[in-house]
Amino acid sequence: MKQFFKAVAAIFWKDLLAERRTREILGAMLVFALVIILIFVFAFDLSVEMRRQAAAGVIWVTLCFSGTISLNRSIAVEKDREGMDGLLLAPVDRTAIYFGKVLVNWVYVLLTALIIIPVYSVFNNVNLLSPGFFGVVLLGSLGYILTGTLLATLSIQTRTRDMLLPILLFPVVIPLLLAAVRASTILLQGSHTPELSTWLMLLGGYDLLFLAVGLLVFDKILEE
Amino acid sequence: MHASKKFPRLLLLTDLLAFLSLASAFALVMFYAPVEIDMGLVQKVFYFHVACTWTGMLGFLLSFAAAVAYLKTGNVKWDIAGLAGIEIGMVFVGLGILSGSIWARPIWNTWWTWDPRLTTTLIMELIYAAYLLLRSGVDEPVRRARFAAIYAIVGFVSVPLTFLSIRIFRTIHPVIVGGSEAATSSGFAMSGRMQVTFFFSLFAFTLLFVALFWNRYRLGKLNRQLEDQKMLLEGEDEE
Repeated sequence: MKQFFKAVAAIFWKDLLAERRTREILGAMLVFALVIILIFVFAFDLSVEMRRQAAAGVIWVTLCFSGTISLNRSIAVEKDREGMDGLLLAPVDRTAIYFGKVLVNWVYVLLTALIIIPVYSVFNNVNLLSPGFFGVVLLGSLGYILTGTLLATLSIQTRTRDMLLPILLFPVVIPLLLAAVRASTILLQGSHTPELSTWLMLLGGYDLLFLAVGLLVFDKILEE
Repeated sequence: MHASKKFPRLLLLTDLLAFLSLASAFALVMFYAPVEIDMGLVQKVFYFHVACTWTGMLGFLLSFAAAVAYLKTGNVKWDIAGLAGIEIGMVFVGLGILSGSIWARPIWNTWWTWDPRLTTTLIMELIYAAYLLLRSGVDEPVRRARFAAIYAIVGFVSVPLTFLSIRIFRTIHPVIVGGSEAATSSGFAMSGRMQVTFFFSLFAFTLLFVALFWNRYRLGKLNRQLEDQKMLLEGEDEE
């Protein structure tokens, strides 16, 4: 068990180190996320009240779209330079590769969230600083990344490669996205309705379910 | 090793029976089932609407079971069965959505609403469309089967959560079987003749499903043999 965590940590640090030297993924994610927010602002020309109400939806859509960049890249770098063969040769449980990649992608999405949420607040003059909201971002992005890492590893090995990921991923994360947006909206409006706990339970349930699915099927994806 | 080239007798019989029972179901719907008081003739779409959706769901359920079986055994027949289930499921769920729209236009005064059942079936269609795209993106048969099975599982387990999440917004879809409207008359909000027609339609469509599934499975097997033969020939050419 200790070896397993060591392997997960090793993959995690390897990817962070590579990212620190290239700054390839995070930079692209941030620029893309900011562009999406701008597009939303222009496309809907929202009134102040609407900007408040739409905040959670805009932020979640932005996180999902920019998240596909890190999901695709983090697997593609292994594929392009045959790093995957090296990883597969390592005498560790293959699920360690999965959790290493999940951790890296999760950190990238959280860092993106950490930057775009204040930016949205400033641009649109709404207050989005609420600890509950950050909790939802934590839970929601975890579920998104658990599913996404699994499907990215799958789609990157197809002929159509990264084009396929959003098509495979988005219909499957709809319940997560819906729960995350509803829970965020309730928390940001400061009204703690009983509905909130239902949405949070759905979020937690989704995370657990896809954690289990990832554990069960990931080594089947890499089986050669 | 070779699936018999002759068309199986029993399959022919199933095809015939499916056709006959479908024709009888149509006759029952048109001439036997009474006209519903409030909704009029358009209510008759209900018999085939439910039967179509049921058949489609059966296909998806079967393909999920086949996907699990494939990952466990690696036997190619489960891959062929899974694809058959999903293709048939997509057609019938699609028909279910279409027939539902025809009913909804006069009754709800709209072709479409974002109700949990409608939305969930639409998302299922999208998931299985993605499944077909995934298949077409992988050339190597063993890998294709493995990836398809994994995605069939991922997609299928997300469906109940999708339904649940949308249900938390309230629904306007009528509940005919086992709902509160149905509680008064032994679990079904239908008269006797309606029940007969309803169950016969379900039966006819299930039979149709069996016939289609069998045919599609057989076609898949023959296809696979053809693929193998081609590969063999190409191999000989190179030598």
